[in-house]
Amino acid sequence: MKTDTPFTDWQENELAKSISRFPERREKFTTHGGAEVQRLAVPEEIDNKYLTELGFPGKYPYTRGVQPTMYRGRLWTMRQYAGFSTAAESNKRYRYLLDQGTTGLSVAFDLPTQIGYDSDDAISSGEVGKVGVAIDTMADMETLFSEIPLDKISTSMTINSPAIVLLAMYVAVAEKQGVSADKLRGTIQNDVLKEYIARGTYIFPPRPSLRLITNIFQWCSSNTPSFNTISISGYHIREAGSTAAQEVAFTLANGMTYVQTALDAGLELDVFARRLAFFFNAHNNLLEEVAKFRAARRMWAKIMQDHFGATNPASKMLRFHTQTAGASLTAQQVNNNIVRVTIQALAAVLGGTQSLHTNSRDEALSLPTEESVRIALRTQQIIAHESGVADTIDPFAGSYYIEELTNRIEAEAEDLIAKIEDKGGVVACIEDGFIQRQIENAAYEYQKDIESKDRIIVGVNEFMIEEDQKPELLRVKPEVEEAQVANLRRVKQERNNELVAKRLSELRQCAGTDQNLMEPILAAVRSYASLGEICKELRSVFGEYRD
Amino acid sequence: MEKINRPYRVLVGKPGLDGHDRGAKFIARALRDEGFEVIYTGIRRTPDEIAAAAIQEDVAAIGLSSLSGAHLKLFPEVVKALERRGVTDIPVIGGGVIPEDDIPTLIAAGLTEIFTPGTPADTIINAFAEACRKHFAAQGDNH
Repeated sequence: MKTDTPFTDWQENELAKSISRFPERREKFTTHGGAEVQRLAVPEEIDNKYLTELGFPGKYPYTRGVQPTMYRGRLWTMRQYAGFSTAAESNKRYRYLLDQGTTGLSVAFDLPTQIGYDSDDAISSGEVGKVGVAIDTMADMETLFSEIPLDKISTSMTINSPAIVLLAMYVAVAEKQGVSADKLRGTIQNDVLKEYIARGTYIFPPRPSLRLITNIFQWCSSNTPSFNTISISGYHIREAGSTAAQEVAFTLANGMTYVQTALDAGLELDVFARRLAFFFNAHNNLLEEVAKFRAARRMWAKIMQDHFGATNPASKMLRFHTQTAGASLTAQQVNNNIVRVTIQALAAVLGGTQSLHTNSRDEALSLPTEESVRIALRTQQIIAHESGVADTIDPFAGSYYIEELTNRIEAEAEDLIAKIEDKGGVVACIEDGFIQRQIENAAYEYQKDIESKDRIIVGVNEFMIEEDQKPELLRVKPEVEEAQVANLRRVKQERNNELVAKRLSELRQCAGTDQNLMEPILAAVRSYASLGEICKELRSVFGEYRD
Repeated sequence: MEKINRPYRVLVGKPGLDGHDRGAKFIARALRDEGFEVIYTGIRRTPDEIAAAAIQEDVAAIGLSSLSGAHLKLFPEVVKALERRGVTDIPVIGGGVIPEDDIPTLIAAGLTEIFTPGTPADTIINAFAEACRKHFAAQGDNH
């Protein structure tokens, strides 16, 4: 056996240290025949090229993963995005998911909440409780997490433009449960740049939005050390039709913008950078997706080290959540979607994701039913416990094809990032539509290929059948809107309205200065000021963004 | 589809708050490629804004896209907003994530046609052309 090689060095240091702190799931992983599964396959000769391009798991440049033992230590978090109708209904779904073995919550908010409007606003009409849960005041948040101890679970919240308000509500609910902020674990999406690019739930113009994000970074680094303050998202960029390389490029360029903004505000790199998380899409092309995740990890490590000068290893690790590609699901022959989701989920796991949401088969038709959600979760559990892919680390490494593809995606994404920098950075490229145009063109070409059958989508343009049996669908009843509006009226009646007015006017004053807005917003939500009221104050100071 | 003499002018609108505009943008561009003049409203427009824009731009047909589940409320509101302005001859087509069962309700509310995911672009383009012809026939214009 070779000694004193970089491999034994890694085994004796990083790996041994990791295993002594967090033992692997089993003492021995075996195949069906009883043979031991190799933890990490490496080339016979470990040369410099291997060390600079791939390295070992948990070690720069993290191409092979961010932890030394990866899923042998702990499986990825199975985190199903859910939420609909009222807080009470969503609370029931969360408790069902926790009973079924899900290990993290992921809150979907309805569109009015995501855009900072109350349920009784005229513009909210028809949208209340549709794509997620409606949250107007802290009272709704209390119901949402009723009987769910916030120090025991991690919660991801898909909220962007008004993220600071929902985070404040979460912290305030924890307080009421007797859980201090430093015990909270979870993630807020808080990635507003991709809202202008692809997702559309923007409120304020880019600059004040970036200020709110920086305020969150700052407040959280001293108050919620275990909370991920942003989830820099390529998911929606890909859903809007980008290519894999564009997804990586635009996401990392956005990430660089957040880092630079925080540095400009005087924050310390190695303090906030370790709380940055990422969120990617897993599409159908299994091999390309695996390469994409590996390329993204390596690129971010290099960017953080070489461009920003990060020294803390944690600052250089790209940790990410993955969701399977919603846009790839078909309304035709919905059960075929189970297979698509399986392939996509496998790509995410082989690519080293930290957490995963698997879409349900019926999401091209409506919100998923409970049965569909269970199948989606079972898909992850089968990959985790039956497929064997979680028992060894980065098994595709060293494949000529995968490594070549990883390099190619990296090179293409680097070119795009350089182009964005030449054009004055992400904000300038959003304002002049450069990024949006790139995505639109890619989306158009993709759809043209489907129309011309250059690209086969099973059940859509080939292998079609007549379907007369309609799948059961989950519907959000129209009464939900009335109930939510009535709920909000009651809270507004019962709260101390004088105090609310005072807190709102204090907030408006602070917004006009360069003070951190987290504390004034916390004070406002504790008084049961509504999300719409708080955002109205901020709108009056910051203005609104129009596409 | 058959050749058209002068370009048909249509409006593609996104009522409601959802930002899923991949489909709307694709249809807008596919219609342009076929020689239509297309006004795309952008996302997050109210039914009133869409009706007003359609009238102001003098379009022959409207296409609406929604993926948030708010179609039962928002699509009929566009038809009503047109009617409030005295306009009944601009056909309104809908598309998006719309359950089969909702289609009869939407047709009864005045929508001409509803397209669900996976519909070939040609089918949708032909529906727009047909809607435009209907519009001009209603106006008695030999277009």
